[in-house]
Amino acid sequence: MELLRKDPLREFAPQLERTSIQGYLWIVFLLAVIGLGIYAFFSQVFYGHEVTGMRDNVVWGVYIVNFIFFMGISYAGALISGTLHLFKTAWRKPIIRMAEFITIIALLIGPCFILLCIGRLDKLHYLVIFGRIQSPITWDVIAISTDIFGCFIFLYLSVLRDLAKLRDYELLQLPNWRKKLYKLLALGYTGTPEQKQRLNRASDIMAAMVIAIAIIVYSVLAWIFSVTLQPGWHSTIFGPYFVIAAVYSGSAVLILCMWIFRRIYHLEEYITKKHFVAVGVIMLVLAAFFGYFTFSDYLTKWYGSEKNDEMLIQLLFKEFYWPFIISNYIGVLLPLIVVGIAKFRTITNITITAIVVIIALWLNRYIIVVPTLESPYLPIQDSRPEWLNYTATWVEWSLTAAGVAVFALLFTLASKFITIVPVSGLHGEEHNEEAIV
Amino acid sequence: MNVEEELNKDPKNSRRQFLKKGLIAGAGVAAGGGLIAAFVDATATETGEKVKVLTTDGEIMEVDRGLLKLPRVSTEESHKGIPGRKFVMVIDLGKCKNARKCVEACQKGHHLPKSQEFLKVYLLQDSEKTSPYWFPKPCFHCDNPLCVSVCPVGATYKRTDGIVLIDNERCIGCKFCMTGCPYSTRVFAWKHYPEFDEDKEPYSPEASSPGKEGTVSKCDFCPDLIRVGKIPYCASACPMGVIYFGDVDEDTVTNGTETFQFSKLISDRAGYRYLETLGTRPCVYYLPPVERQFEVERGFADMDQEIIDRYKDTPYSKKNKP
Repeated sequence: MELLRKDPLREFAPQLERTSIQGYLWIVFLLAVIGLGIYAFFSQVFYGHEVTGMRDNVVWGVYIVNFIFFMGISYAGALISGTLHLFKTAWRKPIIRMAEFITIIALLIGPCFILLCIGRLDKLHYLVIFGRIQSPITWDVIAISTDIFGCFIFLYLSVLRDLAKLRDYELLQLPNWRKKLYKLLALGYTGTPEQKQRLNRASDIMAAMVIAIAIIVYSVLAWIFSVTLQPGWHSTIFGPYFVIAAVYSGSAVLILCMWIFRRIYHLEEYITKKHFVAVGVIMLVLAAFFGYFTFSDYLTKWYGSEKNDEMLIQLLFKEFYWPFIISNYIGVLLPLIVVGIAKFRTITNITITAIVVIIALWLNRYIIVVPTLESPYLPIQDSRPEWLNYTATWVEWSLTAAGVAVFALLFTLASKFITIVPVSGLHGEEHNEEAIV
Repeated sequence: MNVEEELNKDPKNSRRQFLKKGLIAGAGVAAGGGLIAAFVDATATETGEKVKVLTTDGEIMEVDRGLLKLPRVSTEESHKGIPGRKFVMVIDLGKCKNARKCVEACQKGHHLPKSQEFLKVYLLQDSEKTSPYWFPKPCFHCDNPLCVSVCPVGATYKRTDGIVLIDNERCIGCKFCMTGCPYSTRVFAWKHYPEFDEDKEPYSPEASSPGKEGTVSKCDFCPDLIRVGKIPYCASACPMGVIYFGDVDEDTVTNGTETFQFSKLISDRAGYRYLETLGTRPCVYYLPPVERQFEVERGFADMDQEIIDRYKDTPYSKKNKP
């Protein structure tokens, strides 16, 4: 009852109003990492793609891995928040905005990595002018832009009530331009029954839409690989496999974000062990699915053992042994054990598991992309070591770090603009609103 | 010696017949002055000797030999293909000794750096007990080309004469075609190579030159040579006559010295296409490595260490070159 009477906005206002010294240092650090990435990007533009580790055999490297990875974590919002919204799960409230932030931010960063792979950025507009609908890349361009648009609307609908609250909250100590911005963005929402009903209907529709769009986007992404004839890629399971891996990584990133923001903004009261266990269980179910899909894919390749599949599997167990073990064994079994056994189920353990899962899934994408390109139908016969085996260079690693830094920076800035926990409807208020629908 | 020399000098040569048939197909006399411009270098001096060339309209005209230059047709023109033709290549694996003249001539002709090979020579061995052999591999110019299907901007295209070309001015360098091609045929310009600057002519997809940084290129079957009645650089450069080039509809292939009936050659010598199971329907056929003229080891004779090192991980080298 104490909670119900307290105005959450008063509690969260300092988050928006003040930034601590550590906060500023953090932002400066992130900007420095991004600066290094910008330097790396210009060297790539200036000296050509030769500064990367990519060569004629391994034409796609860490950039594509990052692209799949960021697109994957964007699933956290789309599928997890969308599904929880549709099922009206009560506990979702404190974490749903984080999930939606992950979605939109990851969706903005992911495609940047595919751009880094493109040799002629000056001709990028050709994708629109000369676009061919037969090409899976065109499907991707259409799907991703639709996804960004859809997820943005979904996020906007879900922050609209909070924007109205921020507009109406007079005690907020913020510069005038920000208050004006809140007023503008709130679109005159005052919470009349009609507005509430419309907003709820729109949110429901968008929740269903983003789930569908996200599945399409990730399947299309998988098809970029599986429509080719390359051993290891030419697989019918890739669409659903990528979708599952994506939601799986999204759930892990959500847990990590919950842990970080819980500590920084002292949200212990709102984000409790219950939330960690709940998302942990989602992660566990996805781990089981992911393990099952991985097993099915490799079993059929290994058992039937076509010559080129056999070569690929040999490569995975020799040169890619540890990435393979971490991504396909540890990355599957750890969540099953830690979340599955009640004794281990603590906030710290679940968070550590989530971090392992994030690393495992990044490596999973790496061993999908690189080993296949290193074992083509015609054996690679070359005397130059860098043309035989792919190793990412400082340029690629710097840009990868910059991608993560942009993610963290946008997340930090977003949490300075809108409270990371939705303030409207946090204490049952919205249950009444939903009842209207 | 090249083909148009033969065409004009030796009327009895079988190659002449082949080319004449090809050239006369849909023949007429070129009328437009603009068309001639593509073949004529105005700054050169005349020799008084005329050669016949095939215009983009499939018409024949006579040009003075001294003025002849390789035509650089426009990008739009390069989409059309030479009318009434369907090109094919036959590679006789029994004769290849990895002399690499094909690779060198191709790189010179297309102004490529050493790191870019439109044609690669592999040392293959199908299984442990079977015999190793040298395997020259150009682009297969597939009739069901995955590279063309996956291109997002239509920068690579299949023509009516069977040739798959790349428009480097259109290519955005996404490299999807490189992963789409199961034969590792395509190469990428990872930087601006100095060799690109050697070519002062305007760019044409038919010449695949001058190369452009950040784009994909590959073997093009040399349509600029075909237009003046020549066979591709690799075919004319090979000292063993390994590579035959010709036309399926005319049912003729030639390596510059011998000419065969394509269908009979394939049927008599058990010609096959590499990795037929992939369903890409290549336009390049191989004759199995039987009745060898050379030992495999000959492929290492007088080669640079760099070339020898390329094959050090092959089963053959591991066994024979400890």
